[in-house]
Amino acid sequence: MIFNLLRLFLLPMLLFVALFSGQGLAETKQEIKIAYLTQEKQVPAALSNLEPFIADKGLQGALLGIKDNNTTGQFTGQSYFLKQEVVPLGADVKLAFSALLKEGYQLIIVNLPAAQLVQIQQLNNQALLFDVATRTDTFRQSQCLQDVLHILPSRAMRADALAQYMLKKRWNRWFLVVGATPEDELYARAIRRSAKRFGMKIIAEKKWLHSYDARRTAQSDIPVFTQVDDYDVLVVADEQGLFGEYISYRTWLPRPVIGTQGLVATAWHPTHEQWGAVQIQNRFKALSGRQMEEEDYAAYLAARAIGETATRTQSVDPTQVKAYLFSVRFKLQGYKGKPLSFRAWNGQLRQPVLLAAPTSLVVAPPLEGFLHPKNELDTLGYDQPETHCQ
Amino acid sequence: MEIKAILLSTLLLSASLATAETVFVTLEKDNAIAVVDPIAGKLIKTVYVGQRPRGIALSKDQQTLYIATSDDDAVIEVDANTLQVKGKLPSGEDPETFAINRLGTRMYVSNEDDNQVTVIDLSSKQAIQQVAVGVEPEGIAVSPDGKWIVSASETTNMVHWIDGENHEIKANTLVDPRPRALNFTADGQQLWVTSEIDGTLMVIDVASKEIVQRVRFSVPGLGQEKIQPVGVVIDDKRQWAYVALGPANRVAVVNAQTFEVEKYLLVGARVWNLAFSPAQERLYTTNGVSHDISIIDLESHKVTKSIAVGRYPWGVAVKP
Repeated sequence: MIFNLLRLFLLPMLLFVALFSGQGLAETKQEIKIAYLTQEKQVPAALSNLEPFIADKGLQGALLGIKDNNTTGQFTGQSYFLKQEVVPLGADVKLAFSALLKEGYQLIIVNLPAAQLVQIQQLNNQALLFDVATRTDTFRQSQCLQDVLHILPSRAMRADALAQYMLKKRWNRWFLVVGATPEDELYARAIRRSAKRFGMKIIAEKKWLHSYDARRTAQSDIPVFTQVDDYDVLVVADEQGLFGEYISYRTWLPRPVIGTQGLVATAWHPTHEQWGAVQIQNRFKALSGRQMEEEDYAAYLAARAIGETATRTQSVDPTQVKAYLFSVRFKLQGYKGKPLSFRAWNGQLRQPVLLAAPTSLVVAPPLEGFLHPKNELDTLGYDQPETHCQ
Repeated sequence: MEIKAILLSTLLLSASLATAETVFVTLEKDNAIAVVDPIAGKLIKTVYVGQRPRGIALSKDQQTLYIATSDDDAVIEVDANTLQVKGKLPSGEDPETFAINRLGTRMYVSNEDDNQVTVIDLSSKQAIQQVAVGVEPEGIAVSPDGKWIVSASETTNMVHWIDGENHEIKANTLVDPRPRALNFTADGQQLWVTSEIDGTLMVIDVASKEIVQRVRFSVPGLGQEKIQPVGVVIDDKRQWAYVALGPANRVAVVNAQTFEVEKYLLVGARVWNLAFSPAQERLYTTNGVSHDISIIDLESHKVTKSIAVGRYPWGVAVKP
């Protein structure tokens, strides 16, 4: 309440100062227009009522990024505007994207699934796109998308982060359990790649084909399902969360679960507090009334990357923004203790990956000892020699 | 002969130490301050002060300790002798750290969550103004002549120059990412600022408000990403500056005339903040993760002692 009142008075006060005092608060000269493109999602089946469906994942992060940019902008004479384009379920995102291009938007934050990202990217001839949703490895390795920056860690980066920690723990023998969706298979592929890369042994791999009813499956089926040769950890690939949560505490052998459930590899987590993260967690909660999700973090970083460029170069031309984002001068503070930057070969944002249990942050790879000739963050995911992108 | 010399120097040392000072350390996770006798190398006691204490400083007459208890949204006043809480200042929300002008009349508080600096009149104990600054203000300092209050905002990546008279922002200096701490030289000519993410130390000329020097650090055998400069102090003669390097677990000794890094002193884990002894013959460091403080002898530039103090030591103040 007091907070709101303060804000009510502060804003006019600021405007007054900006207009009449001169030097400290610069007059607004440059407007930076950013678009946010997403589509409504069908509410998926939930495993539990603990986690309600969040319709505005991503958007709230973009809004916070714009707010932070505008706080800075009052000193640099820049103001940021976010155009929100939420395409209804079933409508065509291509039309919405074309309309944004026609309106002159050149910096677009895109929160769309992989297939739709490809569709709109093919129409693009002028804008720089910030992908805040996909984890798709092919976009980082073989099918690189021109003028698209990927903010979230790819599946390969996540799997490498897990593998680094497993290697450190010497939990080298993995039992891989894969769900039935195509995304689960992509996740499993990343796990297999990391296992090979870090010398892990997948002693068994099984596909989960059972039903998703806890009463029938969990207690009776999982002990049977998990009777394989001895292993150190069970790695589960279940991106939608349809069965993975049932595995912990029900396996035949007492073994930890990692992957998409149990110890998860993620860009952001509510338990993350280090490196100033508690500040942004608080700011986000105050703005949106909920916890910050991965897509929110990604959209926040996208908005902040644009803000950093505009602050330091005064430029909003997409070609120049891209050049700055790929330059060595660009160092983004992302609340993970290391400066974040972009990989020039595939547009992936370099970043530590958080390994988290439900209520505790375990570790944030890259871990000490995993060396790289250029940047240790590049020990996660597809490195330059491994990518076929130009 | 040698033994005699050592004995003599020990005697001299202990003689000079006869006027023992007291070191106060805020313990972020113990909700307390540690009271340390640095000469005896002993933790005397731990006193509960409030939730998440961070910034700490003494009043001009050395009789009052000001402590930012961040999660209580207050700066409290503690009697520096009895250690009883005497009062509370209207600090605004989430005060992290603060600075007091040389006259001892004004306090400037960083409100990290609100993007503000609160100005407190210490005689009336009233908040007289709130100044809107960039995102996540943290480091704050007052120039020796009181003309400037400088506030560093960690996410905006700027140093804001607030006029000491009317509290208007007169200028902004864009700095390297995530500026943490800053301090003026005693002559008021330079402002030294650290960047945690870029690993740099910047020296800003106060007259032009421009960065005139950039110091980089490198410790053999240690990854560059471990070097995250935080606290910085410069001695009164502007001969030496000392920079806490965070998870590098070292304090860098910088020649304040040539800007060369002369030495790296190994202290405790994740070294945060620094404070001189009154005569500047010693430096105290708070080591956040190893839960101790280190004492550096500034004559020899050697770490002489470390003292366990409690969980997550953050700020440090020294009472003569």
